[in-house]
Amino acid sequence: MSLDQLTNEAPAYNFAYLDEQTKRMIRRAILKGIAVPGYQVPFAAREMPMPYGWGTGGVQVTASVLGESDILKVIDQGADDTTNAVSIRNFFAKTANVELTTHTSEATVIQTRHRIPEEELQEHQTLVYQVPIPEPLRFLEPRETETRKMHALSEYGLIHVKLYEDIATHGHIATTYAYPVMVEGRYVMDPSPTPKFDNPKMHKSKALQLFGAGREKRIYALPPHTDVVSLDFEDHPFTIQEWPDTQCAMCGAEGVYFDEVILDDAGNNMFVCSDSDYCETRQSEGHLGPLNADYKERMQ
Amino acid sequence: MQQKILSVQNLTKSFVMHLQNGLQLPVMDGAGFEVFAGECVVLGGPSGAGKSTLLKMIYGNYAADAGEIIITHGDQHTDLVTASPREILRLRQSTIGYVSQFLSAIPRVSALDLVAQVARQWGHSEEVAQEKAAKMLGQLNIPEHLWGLPPATFSGGEQQRVNIARGFMGEHKLLLLDEPTASLDAANRQVVLSLIEERKANGTAMLGIFHDADTRDKVADRVIDVTKFAVQRAA
Amino acid sequence: MSLDQDLPLLSVKNLSHFYGQHLGCKDVNFDLYPGEVLAIVGESGSGKTTLLNCLSTQIIPTDGAVYYRGRKGQSDNLYEMSEAQQRILLRTDWGFVRQHPRDGLRMNVSAGANVGERLMALGDRHYGKIRDTALDWLEKVEIQVDRIDDAPRTFSGGMQQRLQIARNLVTNPRLVFMDEPTGGLDVSVQARLLDLIRRLVAELGLSIIIVTHDLAVARLLSDRIMVMKDGKVIEQGLTDQVLDDPHQAYTQLLVSSILHVGS
Repeated sequence: MSLDQLTNEAPAYNFAYLDEQTKRMIRRAILKGIAVPGYQVPFAAREMPMPYGWGTGGVQVTASVLGESDILKVIDQGADDTTNAVSIRNFFAKTANVELTTHTSEATVIQTRHRIPEEELQEHQTLVYQVPIPEPLRFLEPRETETRKMHALSEYGLIHVKLYEDIATHGHIATTYAYPVMVEGRYVMDPSPTPKFDNPKMHKSKALQLFGAGREKRIYALPPHTDVVSLDFEDHPFTIQEWPDTQCAMCGAEGVYFDEVILDDAGNNMFVCSDSDYCETRQSEGHLGPLNADYKERMQ
Repeated sequence: MQQKILSVQNLTKSFVMHLQNGLQLPVMDGAGFEVFAGECVVLGGPSGAGKSTLLKMIYGNYAADAGEIIITHGDQHTDLVTASPREILRLRQSTIGYVSQFLSAIPRVSALDLVAQVARQWGHSEEVAQEKAAKMLGQLNIPEHLWGLPPATFSGGEQQRVNIARGFMGEHKLLLLDEPTASLDAANRQVVLSLIEERKANGTAMLGIFHDADTRDKVADRVIDVTKFAVQRAA
Repeated sequence: MSLDQDLPLLSVKNLSHFYGQHLGCKDVNFDLYPGEVLAIVGESGSGKTTLLNCLSTQIIPTDGAVYYRGRKGQSDNLYEMSEAQQRILLRTDWGFVRQHPRDGLRMNVSAGANVGERLMALGDRHYGKIRDTALDWLEKVEIQVDRIDDAPRTFSGGMQQRLQIARNLVTNPRLVFMDEPTGGLDVSVQARLLDLIRRLVAELGLSIIIVTHDLAVARLLSDRIMVMKDGKVIEQGLTDQVLDDPHQAYTQLLVSSILHVGS
């Protein structure tokens, strides 16, 4: 072995970085989470080679469910090309050598921060969420002993207090992300900082959904076809964000979750799909938005 | 023969002053008397003889050491000496009234409502209660412009008269009168005397303390000298 | 109606609690009837707060039983209930007004939400109705209705206590525990609060167990009084009888110290 090889070869990691005992421990937590949908299972989160807040929980869950034949997609805010997504994808490329993709339909495991892909997920897919604060009651009740008890006894009046406060302050439920849901009529769950736009996609999803919170050391899960109901009031029902009369500037899509992009100092803006794969796929299929370079060409 | 409403027998009372090295202060021994419906009995004797202590025991305000205080209500008889707090409270609502110039608490309620409240407790409709209260306050010369105000803002004399009004508003079978006329002017004293006469005619049994000899002579059917119940104290 | 026809709401049998070797309260027995107000008085360390915490299932006592008669007429030992049942009682059939508003209120959510919380816990899901009920209760406890969206931390001490009362009474509880509810308030503010409590007790027929070291509060509010010393009940009875004709040395001392301050 040459000196060059010795100094530059990556050290020999176990498949997907974590040792097998740790993966077993995490898988047991995942199984328990699947058995009790919406229940936060404590697990012994490991130190990961990235800072808290960068998806250490999601990465550990992904590492534990990933097999050699899996195809991995990683998104952050819906995009495959943001820093966090690229770093995590590279991490698994290096430590697990699995096939990578940006196409939702091709992936078997998708790790996400914030979004659920626009394209409907299927039975063979697993969606792994990175969760910063798993406890939906935390903001109103700081005592972990008390929130645990409230979950155990299904005492969820408090979560409506938060929604009440929203309406009292803003005239409507102003919570737009981490919007609390009731899982199978039993546990109230925080769907991580996902926009409420995506809440309906969780309901009875065909894919397995796993949630990992690294700093807080909690795992929870939604098995396929689980009831996930967004909480609301009779006279203030749950609604998702809408962008009336708006289409994606790049692919012309309507009724999707948009990112607003400011174009200049005059405040001109455009809206584009937050799901980058969805947008690119549409463009490649010939759908074009008004600001797409090919659009003018076609118009001429 | 009128019905016996109150029967006191062998009543004994002493105070033990623990803060003064357990000093025993026997005040009453073997008190016994009866009061019948439709009569006003006045407790006589010099001050310190135990009139007030006796009246307070019959209201349940002081606890007797031994003996009996039998109260007749309807066809039942209850011994106040052994009755539970709950029974005493019920008797105070249903049977034993206490007319005094002093009320321990004055809520933020108008004088009219305060008096009408009592009438309501006795089952009168809101309308009738207000009517009766207005009549009573008028009789006791409380100026009409004060009726809507809480008595806390009244002069001492006016407050006393509101309390007397409340005392007479009830329809208790036994009324204990704790110097209701003291410090009243002649006109108001006369009103109280006529209220007592009215109740007597209704068959109410009354037991009272009146220091003023003139008033006592006017209202008393009988005077019981409590000095005969008093424990002879060593000089 | 004869006296034995109505049954006690709460029946306390030989209740004792020890903190390790240290005595909290010992051999407490009493019945509380519907609509009765019972004051527990004594100085700090007399065991009155321990007793209150046992009665309200905040502490499970070392020994003894407390039978509570539910709305359906059944009488159950509180300490044989599941924790879930105990907690349901605490937020529906019971109330607990704490000395410090911060222990009984959510200081950072609006007054309206503080009052509405119990309703939401019971499954009310109509914002408009919850808010109307909250407005109604704010009025009942003499808080200006335009303060409904303000957080209690912006309220005066007296208002905070009145809000606590509204928050507790919104589910029409039958039994309310109060721990020094007027402690720390100015005298005039105290008077107003006591007045309000008296009115609500009369209107709603509430049963109340109130712990206080203030005999004036006990006299104003309670029908019955229990005097505690060194963990034991040393004297109990009709409030005015115990205060006007106290028999135990300690009660006489308590009463006389009040009189000296008063005169």
